[in-house]
Amino acid sequence: MPTPAPLIEMRGITKSFGAVKANEAVDLSVAPGEILGLLGENGAGKTTLMNVLFGAYAPDAGEILIQGQPARISSSADALAAGIGMVHQHFHLAARLTVLENLLIGIPGKSGRIDRAGGLARLAEISRQHGLTLDPSLPVSALSVGEQQRLEIVKALFRGARLLILDEPTAVLAPSEVDGLFSALRSMAAQGLGIIFISHKLNEVRALTHRCTVLRHGRVAGRVDDPANTTSAAMAELMCGHEIVPPARGPSTPGEAVLALDGISTSKHSGTTLRHISLVVRAGEILGIAGVSGNGQRALAEVISGVRAPDAGRMTIAGQNVSRFSPREVQALGLGRIPEDRMTTGLVTNLPLADSMVLPRIGTAAFSARGLLKPDAIRAFAEEQIKAYDIRCPGPMTRAGALSGGNLQKALLARELAFDPKVLIVSQPTRGLDIGAARFIHEKFLDMRAKGCGIIVIGEDLEELLVLCDRIAVMYEGHIAGTLDSADATVARLGLLMTGVEGRG
Amino acid sequence: MFRLEARTSTPAWFNLALPLLAIAATLVLCSGLIALAGAGVFESYGVMFAASLGDSYAITETLVRAAPMIFTGLAVAVAFRAKFWNIGAEGQLLAGAVASCFVGAIPMPGPLAMLLMALAGAAAGAAVALVPATLRVKFKVDDVVSSLLLNSVIYYALMALIEGPWKDSFSGYPISPPIEDSANFPVLIEGTRLHLGVIAALVAAPLIWFLIVRTTLGFRIRVTGENPEAARYGGIHVQRVLLSTALLSGALAGLAGVGEVGGVHFQVMSDISPGYGYSGIVVAMLARLNPLGVVPAAIFLAAVMTGAEAMSRATGVPAFLSDVIQGTALLAMLVALLFTAYRIRRVGAVQ
Repeated sequence: MPTPAPLIEMRGITKSFGAVKANEAVDLSVAPGEILGLLGENGAGKTTLMNVLFGAYAPDAGEILIQGQPARISSSADALAAGIGMVHQHFHLAARLTVLENLLIGIPGKSGRIDRAGGLARLAEISRQHGLTLDPSLPVSALSVGEQQRLEIVKALFRGARLLILDEPTAVLAPSEVDGLFSALRSMAAQGLGIIFISHKLNEVRALTHRCTVLRHGRVAGRVDDPANTTSAAMAELMCGHEIVPPARGPSTPGEAVLALDGISTSKHSGTTLRHISLVVRAGEILGIAGVSGNGQRALAEVISGVRAPDAGRMTIAGQNVSRFSPREVQALGLGRIPEDRMTTGLVTNLPLADSMVLPRIGTAAFSARGLLKPDAIRAFAEEQIKAYDIRCPGPMTRAGALSGGNLQKALLARELAFDPKVLIVSQPTRGLDIGAARFIHEKFLDMRAKGCGIIVIGEDLEELLVLCDRIAVMYEGHIAGTLDSADATVARLGLLMTGVEGRG
Repeated sequence: MFRLEARTSTPAWFNLALPLLAIAATLVLCSGLIALAGAGVFESYGVMFAASLGDSYAITETLVRAAPMIFTGLAVAVAFRAKFWNIGAEGQLLAGAVASCFVGAIPMPGPLAMLLMALAGAAAGAAVALVPATLRVKFKVDDVVSSLLLNSVIYYALMALIEGPWKDSFSGYPISPPIEDSANFPVLIEGTRLHLGVIAALVAAPLIWFLIVRTTLGFRIRVTGENPEAARYGGIHVQRVLLSTALLSGALAGLAGVGEVGGVHFQVMSDISPGYGYSGIVVAMLARLNPLGVVPAAIFLAAVMTGAEAMSRATGVPAFLSDVIQGTALLAMLVALLFTAYRIRRVGAVQ
């Protein structure tokens, strides 16, 4: 879609953090009505570039032109005034306020009063134009993740955005919701808005975008003018600088059950309740748990990890009843876990990486004796794993929070796999990771499977589950809606189970 | 135009530079008040320095004053590491003082009395700290508020004690009976007040440092404070860690009271602590919650307190300046801490 006057143009943007050049001489432009894909591995500089555009960072060199006019954007307020709206990966919403109130935050009202009627009218207009329906009176806490994202988009449009930046918007959505998002984005583009779409999922990029800019090591590695007719492999190669071959899952030879859940239920604490979950993971098999987020996956992972006690049912590891075991006790029996949210439940970002790497096993003889730590052993363990897993960091004493997502995930993987777990439960193993890092993680899972470990992968990315898993169970509203052999499973069939359309399979 | 930008890492020398920067800023800011009071700034600070650190006697006096603040500073540092917001070191100190005075008044051999005083004082402080910690763990009561308000409860309980059953029937003063002479802490240097409790405080700091840095309990305290969710998922019993931390913190604050009774006042009166519990917060923050840093931070505040009195006598600047310096130092340190997370950048460099 060639258009002469770009809506926005970034020229020669350079931004360094200390010795690291996050962006170097990056050019990027978006025309009205254009959906631009912004691709790159983690650490390639996508986020920095968008933060420069959105006014969070001042570039060291380069300029930003808005409709041909040089613009100075030094705060998000400047960006909003210039018609740039951003939908972050983590939403910025006030949970207790209603949809309408969230839209009106920061909007000057009439003579000091909030203009609710005006807001309602404007919301109705935006909803109608792009099919983005929202109940204005609902509090944000009552919205699903997909609806919250819709609200973020509406919020940007409400403030008059002409350019919309979406940072990995599909990471949190179910397949059916992705379709809805895409049709809304296409409708916006058709009305002359510019859109920057950041994603790791190449099939989505190919389906949606008109043009792509690919970043690698902070520089523009290449541009793709016709994404629909470019192969994912070719794009992946541009991103990584080398060819990527998907891992091959050999035939499965499952052994005995290592983990079994029988009629596990939880009454309503917080979040979704589990209803009579029964499943079995055998040695040497990978079981996928698919489902739209919020259908009980988190509770299931917590029960299996020993963090939450089930109210009914029985859970066994290698035949031993562990229904009432603490996290430390199930771990001692050989359960490894990689939590969904690396930053909040996995690691301690403000402490040295080594501390996070020994956290679950600090009380064991490997890292302490009689209540005294063994600092040398802790350090040596961390150094060994950093080397073995090629975790990019200055050393084991680096603050964990300073590492990139992919390296943190490797660190979490290393800390669990170092102790040869019998059962491994992982949630969203590659969320937010680039192709190279994801590939590495997948290979490790397949290695563990070959060694006879039983693995449960909780995920939303169906393509990933289909590649990785031997069987896939689908969770819907706290129960297992069906389990499919991955040979029989397709995205479409799983999608039906995920939305509760198809019953037990 | 300047703006704040998030830092990716904090250089190690900041740990030393920031408190010094905060102290320098404090002295500069407070020099305005000295000038306002009509005295010479350099002269006043000179008197302060001479009276607090200028000769060996002054140094011992400063150390005697620093001892309780080392204990309360450690108490606060340990608690804050676990994000147990113990603002109640003052009350815990008073409880420790009362308990040790009670024990010290019972006739028994001196060394045994001192040991039991320390145990009783530590236990009393720990028991008081357990209240806000339990309320937080069991009922999610805000620990800042409960530990702070408990200070008044303890203070008035102490007043009731010394105005009531403990009142000196001979003089009628609201003071407790003195402890036995044999229970008085030995003085280490003849002619000074440098007592055994000061050494105990100086030894406690490296011990607590060791506990935080080198033990599994310390590890659990640090992890719980930085990320309770990750701690819970990692198999750490977070509530138990918080309660242990509270016991430790309260015991340390209680020991501050023990030292004041056994080494300085030998009895309990209403003004036994001029706010050492609150000063402990300033000390801990200046030390950036590092137990080793607590010692110099406490000595600095003690020097300000002793120095301010001498300055007041020599120059007529009110001794309240000491409180102003303390408060300003805390604020300056809080501002300085901003630089660990952010850097200042000039904007407008885009060309």
